[in-house]
Amino acid sequence: MGRRKRLAQTQSGAEGMHSLPALLHRNATQFGDAPAYREKDFGIWQCWSWAEAAREIRAIALGFLELGVEKGDHIAVIGRNRPAHYWSMVAAQMVGAVPVPLYQDSVAEEMAYVLDHCGAKYVVAADQEQVDKVIEIQEKVHRIKHILYTDKRGMRKYDHSQMNALEDIMAEGSAGHARFDAELDKRIAAITYDDTCVMLYTSGTTGKPKGVVLSNRNVIESAKNSAEFDHLTRDEDILSYLPMAWVGDFIFSVGQAYWCGFCVNCPESADTMMTDLREIGPTYFFAPPRVFETQLTNVMIRMEDAGRLKQRMFHHFMAHAKRVGGLLLDGKPVGFGDKLKYALGNLLVYGPLKDTLGYGRFRVGYTAGEAIGPEIFDFYRSLGINLKQLYGQTEATVFITVQPDGEVRADTVGVPAPDVELKIDDSGEIHYRSPGVFVEYYNNPDSTASTKDAEGWVATGDAGFIEEGSGHLRIIDRAKDVGKMADGSMFAPKYVENKLKFYPDILEVVLFGNGKDRCVAFINIDLTAVGNWAERNNVAYASYQELAGHPLVLETIRDHVEEVNKSVAADEMLSGCQVHRFVVLHKELDADDGEMTRTRKVRRGFVEDKFSDIIAALYDGSGSISTTTEVTYEDGRKGSISATLEIMDAPVVATAQHKVAAE
Amino acid sequence: MLDNSQGYVTEDGRKIGGVVMEMKNITLRFGGVVAIKDISFDIREGEIRAIIGPNGAGKSSMLNVISGFYVPQEGEVWFHGSKRPPMRPYEVAQQGIARTFQNIALFEGMSVLDNVMTGRLSFMKTNILQQVWWKGKAEAEETENRAAVEKIIDFLEIQHIRKTPVSRLPYGLKKRVELARALAAEPKLLLLDEPMAGMNVEEKEDMSRFILDVNDEFGTTIALIEHDMGVVMDLSDRVVVMDYGKKIGDGTPDEVRNNQEVIDAYLGVSHD
Repeated sequence: MGRRKRLAQTQSGAEGMHSLPALLHRNATQFGDAPAYREKDFGIWQCWSWAEAAREIRAIALGFLELGVEKGDHIAVIGRNRPAHYWSMVAAQMVGAVPVPLYQDSVAEEMAYVLDHCGAKYVVAADQEQVDKVIEIQEKVHRIKHILYTDKRGMRKYDHSQMNALEDIMAEGSAGHARFDAELDKRIAAITYDDTCVMLYTSGTTGKPKGVVLSNRNVIESAKNSAEFDHLTRDEDILSYLPMAWVGDFIFSVGQAYWCGFCVNCPESADTMMTDLREIGPTYFFAPPRVFETQLTNVMIRMEDAGRLKQRMFHHFMAHAKRVGGLLLDGKPVGFGDKLKYALGNLLVYGPLKDTLGYGRFRVGYTAGEAIGPEIFDFYRSLGINLKQLYGQTEATVFITVQPDGEVRADTVGVPAPDVELKIDDSGEIHYRSPGVFVEYYNNPDSTASTKDAEGWVATGDAGFIEEGSGHLRIIDRAKDVGKMADGSMFAPKYVENKLKFYPDILEVVLFGNGKDRCVAFINIDLTAVGNWAERNNVAYASYQELAGHPLVLETIRDHVEEVNKSVAADEMLSGCQVHRFVVLHKELDADDGEMTRTRKVRRGFVEDKFSDIIAALYDGSGSISTTTEVTYEDGRKGSISATLEIMDAPVVATAQHKVAAE
Repeated sequence: MLDNSQGYVTEDGRKIGGVVMEMKNITLRFGGVVAIKDISFDIREGEIRAIIGPNGAGKSSMLNVISGFYVPQEGEVWFHGSKRPPMRPYEVAQQGIARTFQNIALFEGMSVLDNVMTGRLSFMKTNILQQVWWKGKAEAEETENRAAVEKIIDFLEIQHIRKTPVSRLPYGLKKRVELARALAAEPKLLLLDEPMAGMNVEEKEDMSRFILDVNDEFGTTIALIEHDMGVVMDLSDRVVVMDYGKKIGDGTPDEVRNNQEVIDAYLGVSHD
């Protein structure tokens, strides 16, 4: 009840707010003392209230005016999640500029493309490493006028004629506020609902990245709808650790945070994320399946090291949680005895475990981006963690479908989000229309036209169907990845890949077989899980490559493939997608080598070309293949690794005939 | 250029100051074994000074003389313009000299944070009773020193292992923790005994970057021993080369590289 009332309060103040600076002003005046940002620095959580944040952001905006930023200029922001970087984005909006967050791990070449494409005149870069990249790029991209950096370390020796520390610009702006105040207020007042709020580059599994233009309307409407859907209030705490260039982070850490007025917590560094997660204990959380998988793997590894009593307690109560935990969370009827036992388990196991994981205060959270293993999903839900799935895109300002409380399942992605219309066309491709639908791809009318039609419907590029009865959406695969085998049966690689990836030993899988008579696969092992196994079994290894080629590892992977084949064979439509032969790759697929996107989606076509020799060997029946592969180091240098890979045959289940997909 | 008592300017434009420490005709014997034979050289303010040489050349002994752990039988050590009498290790530390060790000497059972905190020992003035009572003076002191330590943890990017016991860390990180502990003492002169020994290429690169950053950011004078020639030549401003306890070369990396005696020592020429 209290929560509902609070929500009503928050919204009444936000109605009619047409920009993030306007929402910032509301937050700073209505609950200025409430925490807005925290960042762990020098081992201590530093905190800024909304009023303080508003002052900092205004100082940056004044600094921008002092530098001569004009309306419509693009300001790139490159760095990890830090308050100063979020502030720079909002400050850019204040002066009528367009913030463009970039992936901080992009190599110089990728960065050059984006900076050139958006014509950024100003760059806010985190530190020396990022500044070096921008300087390198400047030889090709000439429009960059000024670089601002947030971390002063190592910057003393640089030529500062076109460069400043962000804090110096803030001080200069503040000192000259009398000159700029009127201009800044005028620019803030001039922002309309349809002005550009942010531009985000989609990594794209094919081709060059595209700049998705999102308006204030897109961002604020999406934030509002999703906040209402999950009853988010200004008491939430979130941990902002996902790339700032990714639309999800912008919506959670900026859109929803400003709409609801909740607190954004930034970890100390990427490596401390798990510790910081535990210290903050977010109430609202978002993570790709990988984070949950890693945590579960760690829990299991540590339980194996625990004492006998603890182990027995853990397994006993987890079995009980598996039976009733999910039902309790969904509000389904559960017997009194079971409830009592669950309460006891909560006291002894679930509570302490949730606290260790950092989910002690977890109220609602999402996983998206990739399919999550049903067992992983159920593990968290059985602990009473309200983890749900959603389906979204940058072009939709995240939300297309979401799972409502009480209707959460591992195999669907939920019902259309508020104000979203959904339709499936004849080919099975999912289309949607919503207030979050993007304005356009920047400087790319052709792509805009081929994605969004005149009525505002957007093609997702994903194939799926709406389940009868529940109305939930189920995704089959990327529409263009779905193909046909030589005999006409359906080829849906993701379905098989996900089944394999649910094994902790397997990190990544790429299935091939479109147009062929049988399927073959590339497999990446998970170094953490397999490395731990190796340690326990006294298997010595010096490198990833060596471990990946170990006969015992290959044997284990073959067992996994065999089991998956059995389960795939049971599916009438997809029984043709069983894996006949596979190879465990000698290197991890990596975004730096272009094999994956920055959001870690496999670029199928690229991988197929790059490793064509291995694929040929998989099909021609040879027992092993020697290959040399180019790799890119962190600083952009190229090198190569050679290996002889053993090709494994996997047992398949014979099926009398598979049903032809087209009906 | 090097004769200028006011210092010199390095290739990358750093200004090197006057002499901080001068070794005058040092000879060190262990019984009948002569470890160091009549060696003289100086270390200037703000420079990175390397001591190199083949195995058994007497490099570590030299470092121990600089740190005051060994007292040479002959010769004088001048520090900041005055002759240094034989000292106890803590007195040396108080003078602003800190060091790391060739084979890591950390407290294995303690966390990284506690290990680095021990580097602050000479800044702690409260007595044992005050520390037992803790409230008040000892607490304020700990807070103050913790803040200094956190700056170093941030600087060396070891936040993620702050609470990890040292025994659980890989070798490369232990080396970095040792550097952190030495830095916690806010040394004016930092002695590094083979900071890259046993590291892979990537770890060496990281460590080199940190050493340069320490020198650049805090202005710390650094004397290091190393036998990875590539690393030494890239890092240091001036190099002393030792062989069989004798100094066979002294100068900039380029000068040393072209010194015939040094080439002989490294490539191996028969000694009579």
